[in-house]
Amino acid sequence: MSEIPGDLKFLSSHEWARVEDDGTVTIGISEHAQDLLGDIVFVELPEIGKVVSAEGEVAIVESVKAASDVYSPLSGKIIAVNDLLENNPEIINESPYDEGWFFKIKPDNLDELADLLDPESYADTCED
Amino acid sequence: MNKTPLYQNHLNLKAKMVDFSGWDMPLSYRSQLEEHMAVRTNVGIFDVSHMTVFSLSGDRTEEFLSRVFANDIAKIKNQDKALYGVILNPRGGIIDDLIIYRSEGKYWIVSNCGTREKNTIWFNQQAKEYSVTVSRLDDFCILALQGPKTNNVIETLLGSACSVPSKPFAVQEFNNGLVAKTGYTGEDGFEFIVPKDVALDIWDKAIEIGVQPIGLAARDTLRLEAGLNLYGNDMDENCHPFESGLTWTVDLANPNRAFIGREALEKIDQKLCKKLTGVILHERGVLRPGYKIKNSDGEGIILSGSFSPVLQKSIGLARIDPAMKDKAVVVIRDKEISVDLVSSRFLKQDKINT
Repeated sequence: MSEIPGDLKFLSSHEWARVEDDGTVTIGISEHAQDLLGDIVFVELPEIGKVVSAEGEVAIVESVKAASDVYSPLSGKIIAVNDLLENNPEIINESPYDEGWFFKIKPDNLDELADLLDPESYADTCED
Repeated sequence: MNKTPLYQNHLNLKAKMVDFSGWDMPLSYRSQLEEHMAVRTNVGIFDVSHMTVFSLSGDRTEEFLSRVFANDIAKIKNQDKALYGVILNPRGGIIDDLIIYRSEGKYWIVSNCGTREKNTIWFNQQAKEYSVTVSRLDDFCILALQGPKTNNVIETLLGSACSVPSKPFAVQEFNNGLVAKTGYTGEDGFEFIVPKDVALDIWDKAIEIGVQPIGLAARDTLRLEAGLNLYGNDMDENCHPFESGLTWTVDLANPNRAFIGREALEKIDQKLCKKLTGVILHERGVLRPGYKIKNSDGEGIILSGSFSPVLQKSIGLARIDPAMKDKAVVVIRDKEISVDLVSSRFLKQDKINT
């Protein structure tokens, strides 16, 4: 598996969360997830302002092969979505940890981060 | 898990492998969309040695084939050609779809992978009466070379002395096996049904000269765009050819040809039975097997569904009530989205419309 950025936290369902300097949280899916899905052809992103709960369904990603729900690692309110994905969903395959982010939230409680996996523990779950 | 003789070659190419009916097969070598487009615009090579090869021998082979095959083998009598069709059970249900190849008076059958054991039993049962020997050639390989630029590489691949058939469905002997102008992509190309050493040579040479290897993932989207059924998805023993878009492969012309399943088929009113249709989703989303479709004239179910890399839209095959046409809705995650019911030759329509 390729290197995972050290500042990310994960759900075992392959979503990552990154706390930005301004306290917002960016969320996407992992390198391993994009590899499992194969070529991604559509995403359905949430509405801005939507309130989400930790491990609640927020988005849908469709590859040629399969449809998959995307869960939010943290509770909060959607403050931005990655509009680039609308017409260029392949960015998720090419750059899952960077340009291929899905949405940003204003988190309710950053203590929830403690429930997430660090990169090493996440990588272990992928090898099972 | 079963492996084809080219297994190590796939690993060397860093293929993503997948269990396909008990066979460890290459799913893709790179992006499946890129592989798909390589076959549509250039040329690609597939290892499909998981499929089953039979050779037949015996004086009454043609009689045997006339009995088990719903298409009429007499169509290729005295010609070195391939003929597509189905084998049926007495209820008219589809046991498998397959191609029969005739070369220099000898007949061969290539059928699916998941049906290997049941076909072996079925053929042997039916062959007894005709004293025909059905041999399964498990050490044979099948390679498919497909794409509009196949002819640009064929000479480099086989040497200029080597000839290949030029007409669709034509067959020729080739290194103790066969080469035929057949395929499962809707493109120009060849299938080689050959001993493994011959296959390994062709494969290595093809990779060396830059032919893109193509995995089963792209094979599936290629066949779907071409409107070709997949056994197990689009048909099985519980459906008959008329509701599977395969009426054209059932030959009832000769009233004296008592093929297995004929009696059952003749009792079916083709106007009243369900039918297979192509489905296009113009909105965002991907049709998947099992999704329901409906309109005021009836309902149906998506059998195969995926994304068409050429049309950049989702396409599928569905079995629907006979009165349904033109427009319907598909239910995706509790939402109704409108779809068009169209001919399953998806790419031909694209050419007409643009």
